[in-house]
Amino acid sequence: MLAKRIIPCLDIRDGLTVKGINFENVIDVGDPVELGAKYARDGADELVYLDITATHEGRKLFADLVRRISEHLNIPFTVGGGIDRVEDADLLLSAGADKVSINSSAVRDPGLVDRIAGGFGKQFVVVAIDAQWKDDRWTVYVNGGRIPTNKELFTWAREVQDRGAGEILFTSMNHDGTKQGYACDAIRELSSQLTIPVIASGGAGSKEHFVEVFEHGMADAALAASIFHYNEIPVPELKDYLKKANITIR
Amino acid sequence: MNRWMKVAIIKYNAGNIRSVDHALKRLGVEAVITDDHETILKADRVIFPGVGEAASTMEYLKERELDTLLKGLSCPVLGICLGQQLMCSWSEEGDTPCIGIFDQAVRHFPKDGLKVPHMGWNSLDRVKGILIPAELIGSYVYFVHSYYVPVCEDTAAETSYMLPFSAAMQKDNFYATQFHPEKSGGPGELILKQFLEL
Repeated sequence: MLAKRIIPCLDIRDGLTVKGINFENVIDVGDPVELGAKYARDGADELVYLDITATHEGRKLFADLVRRISEHLNIPFTVGGGIDRVEDADLLLSAGADKVSINSSAVRDPGLVDRIAGGFGKQFVVVAIDAQWKDDRWTVYVNGGRIPTNKELFTWAREVQDRGAGEILFTSMNHDGTKQGYACDAIRELSSQLTIPVIASGGAGSKEHFVEVFEHGMADAALAASIFHYNEIPVPELKDYLKKANITIR
Repeated sequence: MNRWMKVAIIKYNAGNIRSVDHALKRLGVEAVITDDHETILKADRVIFPGVGEAASTMEYLKERELDTLLKGLSCPVLGICLGQQLMCSWSEEGDTPCIGIFDQAVRHFPKDGLKVPHMGWNSLDRVKGILIPAELIGSYVYFVHSYYVPVCEDTAAETSYMLPFSAAMQKDNFYATQFHPEKSGGPGELILKQFLEL
């Protein structure tokens, strides 16, 4: 049986991880390669590295970092942040990334999804969608949740699927950071409407939340950041818990 | 493992070839990524990786006569993902005639079933042959694909997704995996090591 995936997400600025406490057996927790390798040893199924650097120099550091991650990591990883052109995606692919995640740039230029999928395959393109439930509607936001658009979550998700997205990474802005659980109803609706995998993001605060998002939410994968970085829920403990709850887990 | 072993990774217009190279480096083996016939013919091991689309990749291989070269190799050859599919005789993807090492047709997963691509970690349910150690039965490995090779006489490992399919194949000196050993953690490393030690 295909296993549900657990995906820690690491934010990168100027080539270093932004969050994270000191773990045992990790030499430098600021080093994204070390931290990623630790998660891989712990049983993470995949990693997402998100570049939040704004400067050109920082971007160059990120490409170098992707190369080092690829050298050391024996599980798949996705990279995102600032991918506006096919050339940006190509550079990251050559550096060894398994997938790229595009968000605001896809909203601004939907054809970018077609072009990256056409050039490198659907499996290479993850479209990340940040949306907020407001006035009875899931509105899509860009620029890290700062700017609302006229797009609606489900319509936009179906459009990018048709354009060639291989996966959808959906973050509910209402749930993100609350630790009150994932937006399971919306994730279930997305998963039902789409024929590609859905990665749920935003709201993980307990092990039960993962059971909910896999069972009720029908998510294919669940992403979280702070609960892993601050070691509130270690990955091995989470996976044991999910196995006992009869979720198919590697 | 002999670190002086000559390993050639076939270079072509496909996705993440670099990660195969990195996985071999972690095992202490320096490979060359090449489409040069001489270099490939002199290699002790040849790896035919790939993420991509069948028709355009076959076209690329044919232009460089890499299809006939691969078929005629006598050293152990390992096809990965699209590599396994192109080692079959035909693919439903773009109605493409392929290299024809395995006399099998490659099919698209049923469209009205589970999500496609089959993406993520799935288990090796049955194993036979020498590429995949029996201790790996039940182990999870990483897949990303929309097309599959049905279970047949060349099947060396089975995995199920909507239906059982060939997770690995073997015929004479030709080996192949539908999953990505270079991305499959410990079990993947064991399989690559086994291939290098054949």
